[in-house]
Amino acid sequence: MDALNSLLDGFAVALTLTNIALMFAGVILGVIIGVLPGLGGANGVAILLPLTFSMAQSPGGQTSAIILLSCIYWGALFGGAITSILFNIPGEPWSVATTFDGYPLAQRGRAGEALTAAFTSSFFGAAVGVVVITFLSPVVAEFALEFGPPEFFSVYLLTFCAFIGMSKQAPFKTLVSMMLGFALAAVGTDTVTGTLRMTFGTATLLTGFDFLVAVIGLFGIGEILQTLEEGLEFRGASAKINLRVVLDTWKELPKYWATSLRGAAIGCFMGIVPGGATPASFMSYGVARRLSKDGDKFGEGMVEGVVAPETAAHAAGTSALLPMLTLGVPGSPTAAVLLGGLLIWGLEPGPLLFVEQKDFVWGLIASMYLGNIAGLIVVLTCVPLFAAILRIPFSVIAPIIIVICAIGAYTVHNTTFDVYMMVVFGVVGYLFKKLDYPLAPLVLAIVLGDRAEASFRQAMLMSQGDMRILFENGLVGSITTLALALLIWPMLSVLWASIRKGLAKGA
Amino acid sequence: MKNSAIFKSVLASTVVATLAAFAVPAHAWEPTKTVEFIVPAGTGGGADQMARAIQGIVVKHNLMKQSMVVINKSGGAGAEGFLDVKGAKGDPHKLIITLSNMFTTPLATAVPFNWRDLTPVKMMALDEFVLWVNAETPYKSAKDYVAAVKKAGDSKMKMGGTGSKQEDQIITAAIEKKAGTKFIYVPFKGGGSVAVQLVGKHIDSSVNNPIEAVAHWRGGKLRPLCVFDTKRMPYKEKMTTTMSWNDIPTCKESGLDVNYLMLRGIFMAGGVTQDQVDYYVGLLRKVRETPEWVALMNKGAFNQTSIEGKEYADWVGAAEAEHVALMKGAGFMAGQK
Repeated sequence: MDALNSLLDGFAVALTLTNIALMFAGVILGVIIGVLPGLGGANGVAILLPLTFSMAQSPGGQTSAIILLSCIYWGALFGGAITSILFNIPGEPWSVATTFDGYPLAQRGRAGEALTAAFTSSFFGAAVGVVVITFLSPVVAEFALEFGPPEFFSVYLLTFCAFIGMSKQAPFKTLVSMMLGFALAAVGTDTVTGTLRMTFGTATLLTGFDFLVAVIGLFGIGEILQTLEEGLEFRGASAKINLRVVLDTWKELPKYWATSLRGAAIGCFMGIVPGGATPASFMSYGVARRLSKDGDKFGEGMVEGVVAPETAAHAAGTSALLPMLTLGVPGSPTAAVLLGGLLIWGLEPGPLLFVEQKDFVWGLIASMYLGNIAGLIVVLTCVPLFAAILRIPFSVIAPIIIVICAIGAYTVHNTTFDVYMMVVFGVVGYLFKKLDYPLAPLVLAIVLGDRAEASFRQAMLMSQGDMRILFENGLVGSITTLALALLIWPMLSVLWASIRKGLAKGA
Repeated sequence: MKNSAIFKSVLASTVVATLAAFAVPAHAWEPTKTVEFIVPAGTGGGADQMARAIQGIVVKHNLMKQSMVVINKSGGAGAEGFLDVKGAKGDPHKLIITLSNMFTTPLATAVPFNWRDLTPVKMMALDEFVLWVNAETPYKSAKDYVAAVKKAGDSKMKMGGTGSKQEDQIITAAIEKKAGTKFIYVPFKGGGSVAVQLVGKHIDSSVNNPIEAVAHWRGGKLRPLCVFDTKRMPYKEKMTTTMSWNDIPTCKESGLDVNYLMLRGIFMAGGVTQDQVDYYVGLLRKVRETPEWVALMNKGAFNQTSIEGKEYADWVGAAEAEHVALMKGAGFMAGQK
C-alpha cells in the first residue's frame, strides 16, 4: 500500500504540463534516434545530457530532466523495431531478434501488423517491468546482489544454449557461424590480462569489431545485395496503410498471451540481474520457438516471433533501471549514461536514493507508466506512415538505406575503417544467405562473446581453475543445469522419437 | 534543438563581447570551431563523469563561444583515444582528459604512445583510492584485514578491481609487496560493478575510488579501512551517522605504507602554440571556480591539487617514472612474463 501511495504522489509530480510536453518530445526524439542505426539510445542520451544540466538546477527540475532522458530511452526502445521490420536493419542490438520474423512479415505485405505487434508487445513488456519496479524493488534489488561472475556466465550460457539447438539449419552450420562470431568478438583488448590480441599490430583493430558495424553490414547491406540479385522490387508494396490494421492486430494478439507472459518474465529477470535487453530478446525468441505449437514456422513471418523478443527486450530495458537506481549498477549502456546524469545532477544512486529523494524516484517511476503510454500513442499513430515507406520504389529507397547504413557505421567510432568493414560484412552476409548459414548465431556471439568470456575467466580466477564453481550454489547450479538441458533437448527428442519408432515397430 | 543552440551561442558571444569590453582582457587566441573533448574510457566512469561535468559547466556559464562535444574512445584500454589525439598534431580543437591509463596502457600493451606526444594543459584534481571491505566482515582496520589475508595464505582472498594491469591492480601489487602476501586479483569492467560485487560478497575487498563506493558506504553495506594517500581526506561532513571522509585513516597510519593517487588532468595535442594552451588554462581555471565544480569535488572526495605549466609537466614526468617502476616491479610490462 505504501508503494501505491508513493506512486500516486509520483503521478502528481510527473503530471504537469511541462513534464507531459517533455515526455512527448523525448519519445519523438528517441524514436528518431532508435531508427538511425549506429546512433543508438546510449549515444542519443549522452548527446542530450548537457542540455539537462541547467534544467536540473531549478526546483523539481531533476525530475523533469530524468523524464526527458528516460523518455528518449523509451522512444529508442520503440524505434529500434521499426527498421528491423521494414528493412531487416536492427537499429539497436536488442532488435536483432525482431528481424527474424518481423522482416519476413513485412516482405509478405504485413508490415503494419508486424509493427503493431512489436509496439504493443513492447508496451506490455515495459508495463510489466514498471509494475515489478513499483512493487518489488526492495526484494529484487537484494536478488541482483546474488550475481557474481559464475552466475553471469551461467546466464550467458543459458542464452547460447536456448538458441543453439533450435536452429533450422544443420547444427554444424550454426556452430560454424557462432564460432566465427566468438573469434570476431575476441579481437581487441583482452579485459582479463589487459593485453592486445589479434590486432596484428594495427591501431585500427584496437577497438575490435563493433557489433553495430557487423549487424548493419550483415543484415542491411547483405539484404540489399540479395534484393539486387532477385530483382529490383520490394515485396512489401501491398502493405495496408490505414489504422484498421492496428485494431485487427490487437484482436489477434491475445492469442499469444503465454508467449507474452514468458517474454515479460524472461525480460524482467534479465534486466534485474542485470544481463540486459539483448540476451533477453534472444532467449525469449528461442524459448517461444521451442514451446510454441507453431515453432516450426518461426522465421517465416510469425506474429508470435515478433511478440516474444519485443516483450522481453522492453521488460528488460525497463527493469534494468532498477539496479541502476538501487545499486548504482547500470543494466544497459543507456542506463550507464543516465547514471552519469544522476551523479552530475547531484543525486546519488544507491540504497538511500529511495529514502532521500522520494519525489524524484517516484516521479521517475510514474513517468515510466506515462512515458510508455505516450510512446505507444506516438508510434501507433505512425504505423501507416512507417508502412507506407515500403511503397517507395526500391531504386529510390536502396541508395538512401546504404547512405544511412554508412553514416551509422561511421558514427560508432568515427572512423572510415568501420565503413569498409560494413561493406565486407555485407558481402559475408550475402554469402551466408546464399550458402544457407544462419546469421543470428554469429551476431549473438559478437554481442555476448566478450561478456561471456570475461565472466567465465573471472569465475575461473576465483575458483583457481575449478569448474565446480559453476555448480557451487543452488542459483548458479540450477541455471547451468537448465542451460545444459536446453542444449541436449533436441538430441534427446531425436533419441526419444527413434525409441518410440522402435517400440512401434516392435509392437 | 540546433536553432536554440545557435541562438544561445549568439547570445553568449554578445554577453562575452560586452563583458570583454569592460573587464576581461581579450585572449590572443580563441577556438574557431567545435572543441572535441576525448575521454579515453567508457561512458559512466570517473573520467567520463568529470569530462561531462566540465562540458556542462562550460555550457551553463557560457565560458566558451564555440560548443564542446565529449567523445568516448575507450578501445584498447584507452589507446584509441590517446592515438587519436597523438595523430591530431597541431590541432588546437582537441582536448583529452587522462587517467592513469596514460602511463599504464602504453607500458602494458606496447602501443606506440607516450604522454610527451601531448601538451599538458592543467591538472584538475587527483582521485583518491580507499581500501573497502564488506560491512558484515569483522575487519575494523587495514591491519586486521592484512593479518587475515596473511593467515588465509597465498591466493585465497579475492581483490576486485577495474581492468587489468591498471591502477587498481598496481595498488593490489603494492599491497602484496608491502604485506608479503598474494591476492587473487579479479578484473571487472567498471568501478561500479566492483563495488556491487563486494556488497554481494563475491570478492573480499576492493580499492574503489570514493565516488564509486560512497552510496554503499552510506547504505551500511561497505566499510572503508584506509585511504592510499599521504594525508587524510579533508572533507569533514558526516557521510554516515558516525564517520566523515576525514575519519578514514591513511593506510600508512594503519601500518600499510602504500600511496597512490590518480591524475585527472587535461592535455592537448602536440605541436600547439603557447597562446592556445593559455586559452584552455584560463577556461579551466574558470571551470574550477564554479559552484558545480566544488560540488563535484565534495561528492567524490577528490584531492583538489591543481597545477599547470612546467610544474604540471614535471609532475607528469615523475608520475611516469613511478609507474614504470611499479609496473616493472609487478611484472606488468608488455612482453614481461
